[in-house]
Amino acid sequence: MKVLITGIAGNIGRMVAAQLLEAGHEVIGIDRRPWYHPPEGIRVFQTDIRKRPAEDVFRTQKPDAMIHMATVTHLTHRSQDRYRINLGGTQSVFDHCHTHGVKKAIFVGRHTYYGAGPDSPLYHTEAEPPMAVHTFPELSDLVAADLYAGSALWRYPEVDTAVLRICYTLGPLRQGTLASFLRGPRVPTVLGFDPLFQFMHEQDAAAAICLALQSDLRGVYNVAGPPPVPLSVIVREAGLSSVPLPEPLYNFMLGRFGLPKLPKGAIEHIKYPVVIDASAYRSATGYEPKYTEDETIASFREASMSATGT
Amino acid sequence: MIGLSGIPLPTSGEVAARVEALDLPFNRHGVDPYGVDKAELAKFFTMLGFFYQKYFDVRVHGIEHVPASGRGMLVGNHSGGYAVDAGMVIASAFFEMERPRLAQGMVEFFMSKMPFLSMFTSKVGQFTGLPEHCIRLLDDERLLLVFPEGARGTAKLYKDRDSLVGFGTGFVRLALQTRTPIIPFAFVGAGEAIPTVANLYKLGKLFGVPYIPVTPYLVALPLPVQFQVIFGEPIVLEGSESDTDDVIAGHVERVKSRIAKLLAQGRAVRQGKLRPQEIDYT
Repeated sequence: MKVLITGIAGNIGRMVAAQLLEAGHEVIGIDRRPWYHPPEGIRVFQTDIRKRPAEDVFRTQKPDAMIHMATVTHLTHRSQDRYRINLGGTQSVFDHCHTHGVKKAIFVGRHTYYGAGPDSPLYHTEAEPPMAVHTFPELSDLVAADLYAGSALWRYPEVDTAVLRICYTLGPLRQGTLASFLRGPRVPTVLGFDPLFQFMHEQDAAAAICLALQSDLRGVYNVAGPPPVPLSVIVREAGLSSVPLPEPLYNFMLGRFGLPKLPKGAIEHIKYPVVIDASAYRSATGYEPKYTEDETIASFREASMSATGT
Repeated sequence: MIGLSGIPLPTSGEVAARVEALDLPFNRHGVDPYGVDKAELAKFFTMLGFFYQKYFDVRVHGIEHVPASGRGMLVGNHSGGYAVDAGMVIASAFFEMERPRLAQGMVEFFMSKMPFLSMFTSKVGQFTGLPEHCIRLLDDERLLLVFPEGARGTAKLYKDRDSLVGFGTGFVRLALQTRTPIIPFAFVGAGEAIPTVANLYKLGKLFGVPYIPVTPYLVALPLPVQFQVIFGEPIVLEGSESDTDDVIAGHVERVKSRIAKLLAQGRAVRQGKLRPQEIDYT
């Protein structure tokens, strides 16, 4: 199969590319960012998914499948561009799939779609509405992109579309939302709250995306690995220490003293869990994660220790 | 011992051994897939055990009607200012059953917003009262504790302590949907433990709670009184969760009348007018 990955130069994008190549697929990619030395056999077109050269990749390369990962997820990145990429970009690539005969499209989304709050249940199922637009308005463009990608199921029924809502990833790369939060050595937590966190090894997340491509998935699926773990356990097992701060002080300190400037909704995600039910994906694909929660944290811890030289 | 939650409460070894005997899938860190935490359970039941065994005089009848395993819904009356009755029912399923079970109550939404309290309740398996939680826990063969009167039940004043106010209907639809037996129970004495003479609703709002109960001695600390807890024979409802409101109301009425019957007997036992062996559990 000839697979096109948008956002291929990202961390998970590179892993997915490598795993697909190893599985014998032909892999091409689009990214604004450069990937200087991709493995042999992977061709990267450095362009913006919203621009004409990107459509030309669809036109000339005629991929059989597309994995859309070119979304901006950093919360600190708050430009107009972010919305254009997440919404306009998603529209463009699905239109190109329709126009240029791509048979299969996968949108890689996030489990934060469901939002965190005192009234949100544990183990969200795919049918639930995106409470994140209320609890965490800054995520609404990602929520909209997720729903827009899902609309391809009825707009372009000839394209087998799968929307994956993947939980946090963690691992030796030390990249991503959870890894940034655990950059340590001291992790600021909210006093009196200890939510469950659901995460999977980054290689497992990449494997789950590849498996979605190989299985005949259509529809929306939650993707998760091992069961969730309380934040306090993650912090302890990662060899870090938590600094519990009362919530008003936490609000005050964000953006000061070296802490990132996070929107208010982010604090809800440190107070309350976002836990998803991934049983539909598992029964549709037979997916089994390779890494347990302990192995995943251990791999992150070892990488952090060698990076900081402790 | 200071556990993960940082709430310093003592743990008794005997209680910890019973926590080990609970039929819950704990992982290496002593946490189940819902975040229920062994160490926190040990603290919770050590605290409840003090009230259950030493402070109050709790008499439990018909504990054999609580299923030893598999799904079940304990449904009973609520009274006494705040959920002392819930705590004692949870304690009875833990201390009286041959193999202890964790009864999981459905917590009022306001508690989920409070620091420490929300963390502690969720770590001891008392989750926010959402239908999604009910269905998932029952499908997972857990034991649920439901007070269909909700906060209206605990708001009963002393004079109304053994009455029943309007029942919600959600529990019946959930029981039908998940094919769960309902174990009706009556709890007598919570109104004596916390003799509420008034509820301050406006003051409660300031503190983020529905109301603050006031007793003749002002603060709503419980008095060391006797409780009677009677678990009746399980009710297995026949029908569909999508039946009309009329049909569902019929099921609710059936459960409510069973509880009323148990409640009357519990009061008679408490007053010495009925011997425990004469209780009619049907």
